[in-house]
Amino acid sequence: MGNALDPLLVAVLLINFFSLGASRLRAVINGAAVQGIVLGGMVLLVHEQLSLRPMLVAGAAILLKGFVIPAMLMRAMRAAAIRREVEPLVGFIPSLLLGAAATGLSLVFAKTLPLAEQHRGLLLIPASLSTVLTGFLVLTTRRKAIMQVVGYLILENGIFILGLSLLEAMPFLVEIGVLLDLFVCVFVLGIMIHHISREFSSLDTGHLTALKE
Amino acid sequence: MLVLLIAVPLACAAAAFAVPWNRVRPWLLPVAGTAHFALMVRALSNPPAPEYGGWLLLDQLGRLLLGLTSLLYLLCSVYAVGYLRFRDERPNRLFCTALLVFPAMMTLVIESHHLGLMWVAIEATTLSSAPLLYFNRTPRSLEATWKYLLVGSVGIAIALFGSFFLAYSALHAGLGTSLLFDDLIREAPQLSKPWLHAAFVLLFCGYGTKMGLAPMHTWKPDAYGEAPGVVGALLAGGLTNCAFLAVLRFYQICNSAGEGAFAREILVLMGLFSMAVAAVFMIRQRDYKRMLAYSSVEQMGILILGIGLGGPAVFGSLFHMINNGLMKGVTFLAAGNVHRAYGSKRTEDVSGTLWRLPFTGWMFLLGLFAITGSPPFAPFLSEMTILSGAVQGGRYVIAGLFLSFLLVIFLGMAATILALVQGRPSARVEGTKFRDGFLTGAPILVFALLVLLLGVHVPAGLEKALREAAAFVERGPQ
Repeated sequence: MGNALDPLLVAVLLINFFSLGASRLRAVINGAAVQGIVLGGMVLLVHEQLSLRPMLVAGAAILLKGFVIPAMLMRAMRAAAIRREVEPLVGFIPSLLLGAAATGLSLVFAKTLPLAEQHRGLLLIPASLSTVLTGFLVLTTRRKAIMQVVGYLILENGIFILGLSLLEAMPFLVEIGVLLDLFVCVFVLGIMIHHISREFSSLDTGHLTALKE
Repeated sequence: MLVLLIAVPLACAAAAFAVPWNRVRPWLLPVAGTAHFALMVRALSNPPAPEYGGWLLLDQLGRLLLGLTSLLYLLCSVYAVGYLRFRDERPNRLFCTALLVFPAMMTLVIESHHLGLMWVAIEATTLSSAPLLYFNRTPRSLEATWKYLLVGSVGIAIALFGSFFLAYSALHAGLGTSLLFDDLIREAPQLSKPWLHAAFVLLFCGYGTKMGLAPMHTWKPDAYGEAPGVVGALLAGGLTNCAFLAVLRFYQICNSAGEGAFAREILVLMGLFSMAVAAVFMIRQRDYKRMLAYSSVEQMGILILGIGLGGPAVFGSLFHMINNGLMKGVTFLAAGNVHRAYGSKRTEDVSGTLWRLPFTGWMFLLGLFAITGSPPFAPFLSEMTILSGAVQGGRYVIAGLFLSFLLVIFLGMAATILALVQGRPSARVEGTKFRDGFLTGAPILVFALLVLLLGVHVPAGLEKALREAAAFVERGPQ
């Protein structure tokens, strides 16, 4: 199974860098959607013989991460009439450099973790750590609420990659990870029907600073 | 039995959603509270068997926390009726429903004995408490809810990541895949150590965010500042303790794996750091509800510091968990009353509480002395136990820091609360019609009496339960 996984994991890492460097919301949402579809595909590669349960996990991941949530985000984006991240707290080039550093650190840290027989020589662990860090970076350095939600989505994808290594042994633990998507849905609903766009006149969470010391 | 404790509040939540009358609906809260309390008493007096193959189980820690949470909820539910009567102009369907789902989910956290199930339960508490914060529908409460969800959801994601690490450390060691806490503790010595270390750090960060430990506490001042007082009491006295329980469970696994020293270092460091941060922000705090939030950051710091010190301090820490839950009832409910009566939570607008709201004013004053650990209240005993644990362990620097943080926090809180209760109400601030009433007063009195009673005499039953729970937490490799 290993040989097909690594190229896909590299694709996931490339999408991370793309999300760190892009300013257009539509592009970043699409990137996260592709990442979700790739992850769903990987579920099928991890399993030697396909039974119903992994097929369902893969289907749910592809449907939710690849289509439903991106579509909701696109709608929220249109509803709020926001197209791009204008002034991130950390610029795009520094973000990319930080992302590269995070990936490097992930590779180093992953070396210290011993792997089970079936995962030797795979990029699973460093890719997972690096994607989590990328998501965290996007979440904390972007001002637009939608961009932050996409960051959360990427962070979640990173966790899912580690979940791939546990899928066979402990499927329940990995499956409950889908519940994280509930948060994403709540956020998007909050942006769409709640008053974040109405009362703050833009989706810039920088406006949410009345409560400061 | 264990399922009933969860199902009864949920059934009431469904009923609350169906009841069309705004005035009748809140009465479902004390109904659920009383039923939960009765079931809790039964569960504590004759321990129920594990259910669902050990996924639901009431252990020594669970019994302690279930008793506290159930009592806290019962009294808060009575207060909520009085509060919602005063806020009758606002639809409370969503609020009441969420306020009934929330205790059910807290009970699930306490009872769940499976790594995955407990994570689901903590996530559910976060989601079900979000509508409670947004009750006032102001831009500020929206902002607070947004921050609460965003910070909380990242914490929960990190906790899941940590759970995966823990699961992988079992997988790598070729152990069973049950993920029940009992099995994990039993097999802990064989767990892969590098994975276990990383897992503990991630789980501590994740659930520490839910506890509101510094530096992951940023949601707390906003959430407690904007939420109604009764919600603040339930979050600060109930939910944070549930997250503390989660941290304790992973500490137990670490300890059984022979890695207790590694975990204790982290707990001591982060405990002191939380106290320091709270002390800094408590000085000259102009918003008394935010001040209570920082006090909660401090209390959480004390709890994990006690666990980190080990030995007698663990007993002190668990005792402090009980006291903290009860004190939150006094302070948050009293602060809620003051906020209702003055329509402001800024210290410059509020004065003369003793004159306008005599009962609440006295309770608030009493709460100040209780929460800062003055004798004869129970927190004095628990904090002294933690202090003597530090001294007995020869950790004088930690004991000194602990005492000095407590002193600074006492000064900061006293300055704010004394200014609130003394003097005459300012003519500038009109205030509202709200006055002390039975429903919004009696629960505070019961909380205050309990804090006083526990300070004078700890019942033998409680002391035995605390000793058993402390021994359970400290249980090393078997």
